[in-house]
Amino acid sequence: MARIVLDDLAHSYRPHPAGPDDFALKRIDTVWEDGGAYALLGPSGCGKTTLLNIISGLLIPSQGRVLYGETDVTRLPPEKRNIAQVFQFPVLYDTMTVRENLAFPLRNRGVSPADTAKRVMEVAEALDLVAVLDAKASGLSADAKQKISLGRGLVRSDVAAILFDEPLTVIDPHLKWQLRRKLKEIHDRFKLTLIYVTHDQVEAMTFADKVVVMFDGEIVQIGTPQELFEYPEHTFVGYFIGSPGMNLLPVTVEGDMAAIGSSRIPLPAALAEKARAAQARGAKLELGVRPMYLGLEDAGSPHGAPARIQLVEDQGDCRIVTVGMGEVTIKARVPEGRAIPTHEARAVFPPEWTRMFADGRLIK
Amino acid sequence: MEKWEDNKAWFLVLPVFLVVAFSAIIPLMTVVNYSVQDIMAPGQGIFVGPEWYREVLHDPRLHEAFLRQLIYSFTVLAIEIPLGIAVALTLPARGWGVSACLVILALPLLIPWNVVGTIWVVFSRPDIGLSGVTINELLGIPYNYTADPMDSWLTVMVMDVWHWTPLVILLCYAGLQAIPEAYYQAAKIDGASRWAVFRFIQLPKMRGVLMIAVLLRFMDSFMIYTEPFVLTGGGPGNSTTFLSQFLTKMAIGQFDLGPAAAFSLIYFLVILLLSYIFYTVITNLGKGVAK
Repeated sequence: MARIVLDDLAHSYRPHPAGPDDFALKRIDTVWEDGGAYALLGPSGCGKTTLLNIISGLLIPSQGRVLYGETDVTRLPPEKRNIAQVFQFPVLYDTMTVRENLAFPLRNRGVSPADTAKRVMEVAEALDLVAVLDAKASGLSADAKQKISLGRGLVRSDVAAILFDEPLTVIDPHLKWQLRRKLKEIHDRFKLTLIYVTHDQVEAMTFADKVVVMFDGEIVQIGTPQELFEYPEHTFVGYFIGSPGMNLLPVTVEGDMAAIGSSRIPLPAALAEKARAAQARGAKLELGVRPMYLGLEDAGSPHGAPARIQLVEDQGDCRIVTVGMGEVTIKARVPEGRAIPTHEARAVFPPEWTRMFADGRLIK
Repeated sequence: MEKWEDNKAWFLVLPVFLVVAFSAIIPLMTVVNYSVQDIMAPGQGIFVGPEWYREVLHDPRLHEAFLRQLIYSFTVLAIEIPLGIAVALTLPARGWGVSACLVILALPLLIPWNVVGTIWVVFSRPDIGLSGVTINELLGIPYNYTADPMDSWLTVMVMDVWHWTPLVILLCYAGLQAIPEAYYQAAKIDGASRWAVFRFIQLPKMRGVLMIAVLLRFMDSFMIYTEPFVLTGGGPGNSTTFLSQFLTKMAIGQFDLGPAAAFSLIYFLVILLLSYIFYTVITNLGKGVAK
């Protein structure tokens, strides 16, 4: 049905691109499996919307191919591909009722009125829109309008993939989780491939089976939310995912320890060996540890490295402690109820959660 | 007791009030005053009540001028609005072509109105005008806008279309530019035809702008004076004498201030009424559609 393959894809908005900076999308080579729920996550301007528009056919890429199954659809217009797209703000036909809005794509394709009515009813039931079917679409709330936009995609029985471009941006926060749950229901019921573009990592992590992280026109990592959290392949992923993001310290390796300033942090032997090899090659080394795994102990403790408490922010269920180690500041996430040392402390880096990066890439 | 302090703000309105009274309200009251009097000489007037109103409303020449005016306004609207929308749809959205097109299209709007009339006088002359000579000599159609009523009507209308369609184009273009790209993208995915895109996306979203265009064009064409006056002077006989020229002839030509005043009030009320009807119809077109 809809196994989408992106083959050697790149795109520039300029007619004659000079160098890599002119390309909005650099090199994309991925496969989106049929029936998967993917989140496309990245900061603004990283190329997510460009990639989405290439997949849906609203944009033809400067180079590369898009394949649906075995068919090359790179130049096929969007209405001939079996995809639907939901945009950032609700896109509706204001003069029509909800029923007419949902029926519109089928009428344009010449489906019989009887089949159209049946299909519209089916989709309206799936989206809880039956009550408003005969109301004018323009008078409804934003979340109902987005459901109608989604419905226009679902109503076509040949649709195999739905692409979302930050669809919950205009929805009130307390309605967002309802819509997200509805999207999951739709995914389970209709067995479609869903690609969901967002810059909100909470949305991405809760919605998707697999998250695709993009940065500066390239796909940096594809993995489950767990993999992204525990084994970020790039310092950008470490920094972007998690709130606050991963702590990154520039270090050098001496023996089995990572050295920063006068502090020494123990590393697992295998990791230390690979880090030494990378250092010998001239790579810049960084040590990464997530705030929730960074331990803080009293100044008198024999473990860890000396550190100074700079700031404690209470977030309700936990506290974020900003700690200074020499010239570097790092953050620790301390659960409610645990005591935090004042002024001088020791920062403890658990070896199983300590990661090393060479030139920004994870050392495995 | 505390309310008295707030009233001081009214004093700030006083200067504006005086200016408006001086320039608008007092002259308007003067017109109302004249409309119920028979003015023999300046300063000598006899109160005659609604007599002028009755006379004016029963004047057959007024009825003719009114009919001519209605036909003119509605025909001109019927040509300019669809033409304006059609041209606006073809204008580019981006690039240097935008400025070039908008500037060229706006040129007719910048010409003083009596100069517009003069341009068309010379242009349409059957002896030396480009259009006049072309129609008479090259196309072989006898054309003389000073002698033939039909020709003078056609010439006045073509002149109005030439002069004022750019206004409709500019307004519609602005309305079209305000439509976000996502609507066109969604329509593509839905498989909508070009006509469906126009009917369900572009036209509804231009409603506000079209209302302004229709109201402006209607009011201006209903009051039109300079251009037809310069071009035909009222036409062969009375054939292109529209309402405003009829009024002027009455007031200044015949110096009959009483009936002229009565007529100008009637004129004002007619424009007000028709504009209100247009406004209500267009506003409710959007609301009533899906019922």
